[in-house]
Amino acid sequence: MFSFHLLLNVIVAGILLGGFYAAVSLGITLAFGLLNVVNIAHPAFVILGSYAAFVVNSRFGLDPILAGLLFMPVFFLLGIGVYRIYYASFEKRAEESLRGLVFFFGIIFIIEVSLSLQYGVDYRSVHAAYVGDSFRLGPIELAFRLAIPCAMALVLTLALHLFLSRTFYGRAVKAVSQDHLALRLMGADPVRIKGLAFGIAIATASLAGALLIMIGPVEPSIGREYIGRVFAIAVLGGMGSIGGTLVAALILGVLESLTSTFYGPSWALAVSFGILLLVLAVRPSGLVGRAG
Amino acid sequence: MRGRALLAVAVALVVLAVALTRLSANQYYYFAAYVIFQYVVLATAWNILGGYTGYVNFGSAGFFALGAYTAAILIKAFPVPFPVLLLAAGTVGGLLGLSLGYLTLRLRGVFFSIATLALAVVLQTLIVNWEYAGGSRGIYTMRPATVLFFDNYVEFLFVVMLILALGALATARWIEHSRLGRGLAAIRDNEEAAECMGVPTLRLKLVAATVSGALMGIAGAPFPYYVTYMEPASTFNLDYAVNSLAMPMIGGATTWVGPLLGAVLLGTAQQIATVTISSALNLLIVGVVLVAFVILAPDGIIGLVRRRRGGRHA
Repeated sequence: MFSFHLLLNVIVAGILLGGFYAAVSLGITLAFGLLNVVNIAHPAFVILGSYAAFVVNSRFGLDPILAGLLFMPVFFLLGIGVYRIYYASFEKRAEESLRGLVFFFGIIFIIEVSLSLQYGVDYRSVHAAYVGDSFRLGPIELAFRLAIPCAMALVLTLALHLFLSRTFYGRAVKAVSQDHLALRLMGADPVRIKGLAFGIAIATASLAGALLIMIGPVEPSIGREYIGRVFAIAVLGGMGSIGGTLVAALILGVLESLTSTFYGPSWALAVSFGILLLVLAVRPSGLVGRAG
Repeated sequence: MRGRALLAVAVALVVLAVALTRLSANQYYYFAAYVIFQYVVLATAWNILGGYTGYVNFGSAGFFALGAYTAAILIKAFPVPFPVLLLAAGTVGGLLGLSLGYLTLRLRGVFFSIATLALAVVLQTLIVNWEYAGGSRGIYTMRPATVLFFDNYVEFLFVVMLILALGALATARWIEHSRLGRGLAAIRDNEEAAECMGVPTLRLKLVAATVSGALMGIAGAPFPYYVTYMEPASTFNLDYAVNSLAMPMIGGATTWVGPLLGAVLLGTAQQIATVTISSALNLLIVGVVLVAFVILAPDGIIGLVRRRRGGRHA
């Protein structure tokens, strides 16, 4: 039986889910869209963020979101470190495409296996007083478990947008994506700026990971499911556009929510990967993207 | 390194195989050797597209699983003879490879790789939702009670995989020394330039993708009989994808010897690590070794050996 009430709730849940997807995808938009660093290990860093939040939450009872924020500087430094290695080993020698990809593929494995060696392959979750609650807005039921991650994701998206458009370093990041050589001629150091931007991209993974483990339990290999999603979103969003990322993430969230309610959860994953294949095959420049 | 090298490898593998069957009655060695030969096929197949042409396929697990499921479903549906399984799995894998080849028309470099990853997940979802193929619960396959010339079925599968490994190596070696191989190398070095020089890039890429896919499918064909029970999560395991690209990268991706070397070294190390330490740790080793190699020895073991020899001459 078709019910408008159900449909409305499913769409709202999809929007909330989509907002969260934006948080996971921002790092890819930054690294892949603007810096041209194909960090397929980004979802693995998100899972690392989830486990960081889990450890702090279970040991000290700290709020998961606070934990996610606290770990951001650590992830920022980690990101800079990874970029340094990446730059010295691949980018400097102009070998980034093939080997750089394999490098990140190896990092996925290292993170995943290290986590499962340390914490096992069981599902882990966090505890916070508000996680199980929900509130009503007319006919719509909003679960805090989804609404708070979505709100945090929107804050993160806005912050990143403001950073890129208003601050000196943010503009420098955009500049480095447009013209590497010109930036160097202006006396700026592209490598330092790219390292900074990559650090920020990985720092978003810390918060996104905390949000992920709030939405549902996490195990080490769950990040693989997000590889397709984040790239679908980054490509659909037009590669490097923060606004485009948010729109694409919301579209994907709603589509997945509809699919999993009306066709079954086992199909939901195929939606994002199917869209990714379709977008890549038909319009690689995305919805709002630059051509080429 | 002419035909003699391949002959030497063939002899070495056969001697190893015979030695195993004579020295020990322990079935485990057959299982372990089967897995290593299976990786020789997968790594060689990956290398035909990835190493020779430069298109990185992250979807090896999808091809392998497609071959395995093709075989499992055929076995369930009709009493088919074994060679038909290989043929069917090869055909299905080849067709998937061909469609992947067409994808290279529009997608270069990283976008192609991401698409292959997506392809594997879409395939897995289809199998999970396909009731006849067992869905997420998995599918059982009964081994035939007897096989000609062999004492038991595991020995038979072991010999089959040995022959497949040799076949894959011979194919790769043939491609490498043919016009096709030179064309593929030209695409790897600079696709635009190759096209301008009159290399039929699309046709060559299609051939490479088809052969690569067919070999991966064939590698999966005996899998249902090998495990007797398979389910999507383990058959589409990303381990196959990471191993089939790590082995050529570690061995050296520009010649047929590289994948062989990588598969034998890494495969043996993993078998030993699985028995003596733990299976999770052996994957960690693969990850670390892979990252170390792409950073420090971009051309793999073959590259290291060549560099040393070159250094002596200079």
